[in-house]
Amino acid sequence: MTLRIAVCVKYVPDATGDRRFADDTTTDREGVDGLLSELDEYGVEQALRIAEASGDAEVTVLTVGPDDAKDALRKALSMGADKAVHVNDDDIHGSDVIATSAIVAKALEQVGFDLVVCGMASTDGTMGVLPALLAERLGVPQATLLSEVGVEGTTVKGRRDGDAASEQVEAQLPAVVSVTDQSGEARYPSFKGIMAAKKKPVQSLDLDDLGIDADAVGLAGAWTKVETVTARPPRSKGTIVTDEGEGGKQLAAFLAEQKFI
Amino acid sequence: MTEILVLVDHADGQVRKPALELLTLARRLGTPAAVVLGAGDNAAAIAAKAAEYGAATVHTADAPEFTAQLVVPKVDALTQIAQATEAGAVLVTSSGEGKEIAARVALRLGSGLITDAVDLEAGASGPVATQSVFAASFQVKSTVTHGAPVITVKPNAVAPEPAPAAGTVQAVEVAFTGNAATVTARTPRVSSGRPELTEAAIVVSGGRGVGAAEGFGVVEDLADALGAAVGASRAAVDAGWYPHTNQVGQTGKQVSPQLYIAAGISGAIQHRAGMQTSKTIVAVNKDPEAPIFELVDYGIVGDLFTVLPQLTAQAKG
Ligand SMILES: Cc1cc2nc3c(=O)[nH]c(=O)nc-3n(C[C@H](O)[C@H](O)[C@H](O)COP(=O)(O)OP(=O)(O)OC[C@H]3O[C@@H](n4cnc5c(N)ncnc54)[C@H](O)[C@@H]3O)c2cc1C
Ligand SMILES: Cc1cc2nc3c(=O)[nH]c(=O)nc-3n(C[C@H](O)[C@H](O)[C@H](O)COP(=O)(O)OP(=O)(O)OC[C@H]3O[C@@H](n4cnc5c(N)ncnc54)[C@H](O)[C@@H]3O)c2cc1C
Repeated sequence: MTLRIAVCVKYVPDATGDRRFADDTTTDREGVDGLLSELDEYGVEQALRIAEASGDAEVTVLTVGPDDAKDALRKALSMGADKAVHVNDDDIHGSDVIATSAIVAKALEQVGFDLVVCGMASTDGTMGVLPALLAERLGVPQATLLSEVGVEGTTVKGRRDGDAASEQVEAQLPAVVSVTDQSGEARYPSFKGIMAAKKKPVQSLDLDDLGIDADAVGLAGAWTKVETVTARPPRSKGTIVTDEGEGGKQLAAFLAEQKFI
Repeated sequence: MTEILVLVDHADGQVRKPALELLTLARRLGTPAAVVLGAGDNAAAIAAKAAEYGAATVHTADAPEFTAQLVVPKVDALTQIAQATEAGAVLVTSSGEGKEIAARVALRLGSGLITDAVDLEAGASGPVATQSVFAASFQVKSTVTHGAPVITVKPNAVAPEPAPAAGTVQAVEVAFTGNAATVTARTPRVSSGRPELTEAAIVVSGGRGVGAAEGFGVVEDLADALGAAVGASRAAVDAGWYPHTNQVGQTGKQVSPQLYIAAGISGAIQHRAGMQTSKTIVAVNKDPEAPIFELVDYGIVGDLFTVLPQLTAQAKG
């Protein structure tokens, strides 16, 4: 039986660019260059490795996002994913994570999956909770924040490095996993991969296709509200000293003045 | 007054400092009630500590499930306690696991979720959380508009203040729902003997400029002289010079100490995301153009291998 792997990816504003908020306090995804969240490249990579190891697998990449989010899907397809699903609907704009998880979960149910692979966190919202919410909604085990992952038969196994301990974890498929940036470098798309990606199918779905009520998502359906957004004042310019033999002592004097030593 | 549930994070039988911070914050919102899960014989001592910091009630539950399965058993417990007590809000520490627990609890309670708050105040219609976003370049104030707010709070959001309360212990029976990943082996992390990175008042971090694993010697010496925790940039971690558990940044720990010292670190946006909210920032870097200097209160353009040892000698006085 073909192992059906679904990889959830997010299209995010470039972290090295000028990230900002739009007038409605949502993330500005129009005026800023976007890309496939770098942390989701690790998810795509692990999905491809699991697929290669299994010999009989199909990798579908899935995103919920605006028109430009297609770029993120193309990148994943050029890395080697087989097909893509793009959930796009104006009414999704401004969704919080609870609503987003409802949309992604519905789309996953429609696509069908044995294993869902996510990144550890997006590089914009950085909540790191969507995989747990998907597991809750789909009623399957979560094996998340894995630095090592593999599938043996119908079991997914991996290593989870927590604050207090490093744990070996396993779960029966179907399951949701998320992988960290310690899981292994993501491959670069080859020229052949980029050409092949142009011919791979990208299915578009909207809220109607998923049977989701527009009022339940977006800014209107959100269970959280951003009250105010303020740019942090730039840190006041500090003192910069060039070491001419006494740098360590000068620094010590500064720290003493600040009562650290 | 409404009960504000606080999930008490503990390790090796000790309450972790962020839990005391949560109890301190909870007092601004209502009457704190602590939840202590899977603490075994240490539950009583942990409950006493929670009472010292304001917990009027301490709900405790113990079962092998809490350590044998991932996340879900704690979600079961916290949800059932929140429902039974009609909690006004649920507060959890912002760790990888803490956020996952909070998210699933929020979904089960039909509540909105806010993660990574750096401050909490009582507002006209419930708690107002402050988040520091886009690598700390914006401050966002947000509220939960549906259900009892579930909020995760970053370590060092507030200084813990004792406020002795009754701490009446209530043992809870949890109905476990299963459907969880199982933990087949656990290797406890060996303590370095230094303060916990996310909890430390001072952090000294080394980056690629440290040059080699042995190079971290000068970083550790300074840290020990200051009673500080040791951090590392991803470049240093990827090179294998320092453990990943010490990485500071977007995909490592987010720290917010009183003093952050960056040695041989350029200051990439992903590193800043983990340290930019530090109170005082100091850098030592050979390159006067290094972006880290844009953040500092005090910077030394120089070689870390001469500056750090000199500072260490001074600090030891
Ligand atoms: C700065 C900021 C702060 C925010 N704070 C909150 C908050 O406190 N509460 C709240 O409810 N919402 C919040 N949001 C909104 C929230 O980020 C979005 O709803 C988002 O869709 C999901 O959260 P995340 O990006 O943090 O995902 P994470 O939980 O960090 O994502 C983890 C993984 O889930 C998958 N994934 C994430 N998004 C998608 C997607 N759109 N399509 C497919 N797969 C995906 C990826 O594999 C990703 O690696 C915030 C947004 C921003 C920009
Ligand atoms: C998705 C993603 C997530 C990431 N997450 C993180 C993260 O969590 N944490 C993180 O740190 N990075 C993270 N990064 C990587 C980040 O982009 C940078 O590559 C990294 O922070 C660089 O580390 P560095 O400053 O030590 O090295 P470099 O940028 O190479 O800087 C080394 C500095 O040392 C100085 N130097 C050299 N020798 C000396 C000397 N003898 N004395 C004094 N100064 C000296 C140099 O002038 C230079 O400024 C992430 C990247 C991505 C894409």
